[in-house]
Order: sequence, then structure tokens, then C-alpha cells
Amino acid sequence: MKLPYYPGCTLKKNAKNFEKAAIVAAKHLGIELVELPRWNCCGAVSSLTSDDVMHHVAAIRNLVRVQQMNDDGILDNEYRLVVLCAMCFNVLKRSNILATSNANMLNTINSFMDTEPDYEGTVEVKHFLEILRDDVGFDAIKSKVINPLKGLKVSAYYGCTLLRPREVGIDDPEAPTIMERLIESLGAEPVDNPYKSLCCGSYHTVGSNKEVVARRAYRIIEGARRNGAEAIITSCPLCAFNLDNRQALTEKLYPGFKRMPILYFTQLMALAFGYESEASFDGNFVDPIPLLEEKGLIGMKVQK
Amino acid sequence: MARKKKIENKKMVRIYIMGKEYLVPAGLTIMKAIEYAGYRYIRGAGCRAGFCGACATVYRKLGDYKLYANLACQTTVEDGMYLVQLPFVPANKATYDIEKVKPDENAILQYYPEVARCVSCNTCTKACPQGLEVMDYIQAALRGDIKKTAELSFDCIQCGLCAIRCPAEIAHYHVGQLARRIYGKYMMPKAKHLQERIKEIEAGKFDDEIKKLMKMGVKRLKELYNKREIEGEAVESD
Repeated sequence: MKLPYYPGCTLKKNAKNFEKAAIVAAKHLGIELVELPRWNCCGAVSSLTSDDVMHHVAAIRNLVRVQQMNDDGILDNEYRLVVLCAMCFNVLKRSNILATSNANMLNTINSFMDTEPDYEGTVEVKHFLEILRDDVGFDAIKSKVINPLKGLKVSAYYGCTLLRPREVGIDDPEAPTIMERLIESLGAEPVDNPYKSLCCGSYHTVGSNKEVVARRAYRIIEGARRNGAEAIITSCPLCAFNLDNRQALTEKLYPGFKRMPILYFTQLMALAFGYESEASFDGNFVDPIPLLEEKGLIGMKVQK
Repeated sequence: MARKKKIENKKMVRIYIMGKEYLVPAGLTIMKAIEYAGYRYIRGAGCRAGFCGACATVYRKLGDYKLYANLACQTTVEDGMYLVQLPFVPANKATYDIEKVKPDENAILQYYPEVARCVSCNTCTKACPQGLEVMDYIQAALRGDIKKTAELSFDCIQCGLCAIRCPAEIAHYHVGQLARRIYGKYMMPKAKHLQERIKEIEAGKFDDEIKKLMKMGVKRLKELYNKREIEGEAVESD
């Protein structure tokens, strides 16, 4: 299966490990992720002002690229755009919904982007997790596991952008299970966390409110730990940064706090599929290697 | 409209410089047409050959809503053009010591954080007289791809029209220049033969020859120059 793929800026900078692990994991499942040619930033946050058309141009321009890939024969009638970053996914999908449900707005965008072909509203924005659930299937994933992640207790962290608003979310916004099912299919043990969809503090992390984020990280991590979690997985580079890197500040605010590894779900997949080096654990702030070693999950069978 | 009056001399075109009407010979560049009309350039003119980027100009055409941007020395006047020459483009230019710049993915954003304001409207690309994919190199800069930013902006002549048109107020041409400097200094593969030649020069290998040349008369110098071997030219036998 050949699918158009939108990386987003952060996957080329701070979250290289997310992408690297995803590419090999997808390949292992028979999916070739083809990066969009000439993609641009998704817009980073979705503008909520109803007459603010300009800030949706970036997202729609990316969707035009999917049309072009089909027109150029790079893809064969494939209009599902795969996104890994939960934030980009949310922004692209929201703009797509706006443009396809509002003919006036789409017309304004199309006439503004007069150097591009018109966007015809044909693209479907999909998070990679949806492809895993709906097209590959968790049973198939289970059958492809080389190294079951036995004994590893993992909690899923969804945050906001995978679930909200409802029409954009990939699962039940109140009680999502998609990542738990993935954890299970990889042979690890899913652990629930009452704070799995609590906002991580988002962009407060770049201002003077870093403490807000560090306190959120504490609640989220401790919520998982109370249920026995040893690691947390996520699909958003901003959530990952806030939960992972901000633990240095959490440590200062909460004496006795113990660090917990935060992984991208694709890193867990790469490990289970036998691609330890591509799982790129050196890109994580809290080193997950000691935990994985303790569980006997490092130095397992390697795929060539 | 008044301009619909028939132009008597078919070889003349009617243009409007800062709103004032002039008849100028067809086929002139915008730069020459403005001079023909009696204006003298103090700023906004340079090499007159499309290389220096000093003559950024904006114009509209008769019955066309678009605002065009180009180089005055490279664009021919058309009947009904509304012209104005830009003497200077004010744009934020970061100060940095290239020796101290850390060539990592955040280098560009550190000096030009406004790059993150890009809304991908592509107006910069449309304004570029060099036909560069300006938006694409700003997007590459945003994701820390210095190599791509340097490559895509390589033919930039720093005219500043991108910056004048940008709704996000980015100074694209300065961003591209920073990327090319970082790329050239820290990332581009070094040419070995150049390093070796510099060592030879520094060691004084060519000093005697230079001294010899400096003592030579003009006539002999001219003779030598005319007879010099030009790389790539076929050697003719007489």
C-alpha cells in the first residue's frame, strides 16, 4: 500500500525519532509512506475565527499536493493523506472540513491560490493510527510482531488533538482505546490513565508559564504510574516535549519525583518489529534504554 | 478613460509614472522609460544588467488587478502601465558573527523568528523576478533544512521584492543569505584542490612570478594577456 504522507516541520527537527521509527514500522506492515513533494507548514494551530480564511491556505495547499501526486501518477487514485503528528493532523483535518463544508470559503482560497490547481475537496486526512486500525488491523499487526514487548506496562497519552473536536477525533473523545489496542497487539500491557486526554499545557511551554506544563506533566505521569505504567506513548511532538523534556522542571517542583520514559507509539512499533536502531531511542530526553534493558527488550532479534 | 485617446505614433506607448502620464518609445525597459520621461536615478539603479538587484520596481497593467513586481532594467514597458520605482527596501537584517553561529536546525529561527509567521500564501514566490520558489525556501528554513534553503535561494539577487510583498513581514532575502552563509561555512563539502592551492600561495609558490609581472612594461603585459591560455577553448594550431 502506497500512501501520501505529510511529515510536518517538527518531525524534521525535534521529533526525527518519531518519523524514522514510523517509516520502518510502516514498511514492515507493507505500507510505503511517500512524502508529499513541496509540503509546507500546516499552520501549526487551527484558526478558530470563522472569517479568517488566510490561515487555512497553508493546510489546503498541502491537500492540493495530494491531488497533484495523483495527477502526476505518483499515486494511483489514493487520496488518503497520512499524518503522524497529532497537531498537524488536527490542523489539516479541520481546514479540510471547513473548506469542504463551506463552498464560499473554498472558492476564496482557490481564487487566492491562483498558481495552484483548485482544491477539489477529494482528500481525506488520516492519522497513521487510523490506518493501523482500519486498514491493517490490530490482529495483522500482532501477527507481524517479531519481538513481543512482554512485561512492559505502557500507558497511552492522547492529549487533545487526536480526540477533539469530536468531528476531527479518531476515537471516542471521552474513552479512547485505539492506542491501548496497539500496545496490546505489540505484546505489551496497556495501562489506563485517568489523565490520558488531559491537555499537557501545549504552547505554555514556550512562554513564561513552563511551570504550568511541568505540573501538568506531573499529574499525567503520576496518573499513569499509579496504575503501574512504566512508560507512556504519545503521537504528538508537543505533548512529547512537554511530558518528556519538562520532567527536568517537574523534578524540581516535586521532590522525590521519578522520571518516566515518554515514547512515540512508532518507536514501540519499531522495537517490536525488530528495528531497534531505527526506533532511535537516543532522541528521547528521559532515556528509555535502562527500562527496556531491565525488561530484556534491548538487543533482541534485528530485522535486516 | 482619458488614456483611450488614440495614440498617434504607433511606436510610442503611454505609461504612468507615479500617476503622471508620459509617451515613451515602445521597447524601452522600465528603467530607460523613466529616464526618457526625464527622471534621474539617485537610488534604485545599479548594474542595468539584471544582476545587482538594485532596481526593484512595482507596476500594474491596464485592466489587470494584479500588482506586478520585477527589475526595472529587465522589464519592457507596455501600453497602460502604472509604474513606480522602489529606491530602497527597508527590512530587518540580523547581526551575527558567522564564526559564532551554531549551524544547527534552529540557527535561522534564532536570528529570524518571524519565519514562523509564514502562512504559505506564496506571494513572495510570485514577486520574485528571479523566478525562485521563495515560499519553499522559507518553509525549508522553518523546518531547519539549511541546505535546501541555501540551494533554493542560490540565485537570489537581494532585490527585496519578496519582503515588500510578504503579509507576514519576513525578510526572505536576508534569511536566504544567512542560510547560504551557514551552508557555505559549515556544511558544504570543501574543495580539496582549493585548499591545496591556497597553501601553495601562502607558501610563496607564485611570489616570483608576480614580482616578474609587476616589473614588466604595459606592452609586454598586453601581449601576454592576449596570448593567454583560456580554459575550455580549443587550442588552435597555426
